[in-house]
Amino acid sequence: MQVSMTVNGNAVTRDVEPRTLLVHFIREGLSLTGTHVGCETSYCGACTVLVNGKSTKSCTMLAVQAEGADITTVEGLASDGDLHPIQEGFWERHGLQCGYCTPGMIMSALGLLDENPNPTEDEIRHGLEGNLCRCTGYHNIVKAVEYAAAKMRGEEPAPAEWAVKS
Amino acid sequence: MYPRPFEYIAPTSVSDAVRELGNADFAKVMSGGMSLIPMMKLRLLSPELVVDIGRIAGLDQISDDGDTITIGALVRHDDTSESDLVPAALRTAAGWTGDRQVRSRGTTCGAVAHADIAADQPCAVLALGGTMIAQGPNGTREIASEDFFVDVLTSALEPDEILTGIRLSKNGGGSAYDKLGRRGGHTDYAVAGASAHVSMTDGHIRSARVALTGVGTKPTLALGVMEALAGSDGSEASVAEAAQRATEGVTVLEDLYGSVDYKAHLATVMVKRAVLGAIANA
Repeated sequence: MQVSMTVNGNAVTRDVEPRTLLVHFIREGLSLTGTHVGCETSYCGACTVLVNGKSTKSCTMLAVQAEGADITTVEGLASDGDLHPIQEGFWERHGLQCGYCTPGMIMSALGLLDENPNPTEDEIRHGLEGNLCRCTGYHNIVKAVEYAAAKMRGEEPAPAEWAVKS
Repeated sequence: MYPRPFEYIAPTSVSDAVRELGNADFAKVMSGGMSLIPMMKLRLLSPELVVDIGRIAGLDQISDDGDTITIGALVRHDDTSESDLVPAALRTAAGWTGDRQVRSRGTTCGAVAHADIAADQPCAVLALGGTMIAQGPNGTREIASEDFFVDVLTSALEPDEILTGIRLSKNGGGSAYDKLGRRGGHTDYAVAGASAHVSMTDGHIRSARVALTGVGTKPTLALGVMEALAGSDGSEASVAEAAQRATEGVTVLEDLYGSVDYKAHLATVMVKRAVLGAIANA
């Protein structure tokens, strides 16, 4: 079947089998490998992208379902070499170790902050419940999202915990 | 992990979708796909045809019909959880379904039609006494919620029927839902959960409907609790006593998340919380 959609602002059309999952369409069809395949059972969220602005697990959507949709992947965030505030937050607050879950975490956080620009720590933790990380224990991921939320509101992020003298 | 090959069609009317279902030997209806696609990837299900109802206009609304509301087949969990028209029990259940990504694509009708043994919204719909509206080749029929859930992952829908909406009464009373999630708190499917709807008269419970999820093979009415609550004063002591009958007549199943004794106990805790919540909301 032929399917057309917009990915990171570019119109794309490809022939796909109906069983092609959106994540494979993105990775193998478009060679955008920033979107990761983790558990493949719809639990881990590593494959999260934005579909019409909503965080979506791209391993749990058929490419043909995305006909006409506007897709944003992690490659669509930085502009002219400048990191998006969420990417900057993960850098500044050490929000990753191995990095495998990171693109999904970032895309999930983007959807969350779009709905709720000033989330509490509790709201961030619940907002990311569809994304698993096996390295960090989540603490610095939450700090990274708090950093990004402040930046995106035009505020100065709170200093890193390790920079605060006790 | 790919599903086995299948044909895919996205009709633009319910009658076209029903006709496609009738023409195939093994077809499945897909709305959000949040349960169907994982099952197809695991090859627990390999339909020859997937009928995607996602392009059918008009099914994505919660309509206010006067004494009732109708939740259309494409209303997402997020929309159900945020609608002032929807009774509290179902709003809560929808807000605790899956995770953010699932709630933005999965549908309330899809979750109900899927009939998972530990799902949230079927339990709330059962407590609220919802009516399922199914469209098939011979037109539309209505199925009471207590007749809808048949067995594990099995509803009363025929293979060529589509659940086009769920009708709920707007008439008074209060409702609530509570659960312990498999990942703690309210996250993930229910280890055990309960939903209640109560109608009050002069400070007494006139009637109550209480449903369980996660403990048996399907969402089930807790008939013993309902009997004990009818006419009671709704005090914490009377609700706690009634809740002791939570699993009366229910075959409680052990699973990875708890023993029979643990889940039966948890059911009494959740029933008490749900009933007290419903009384507070009445």
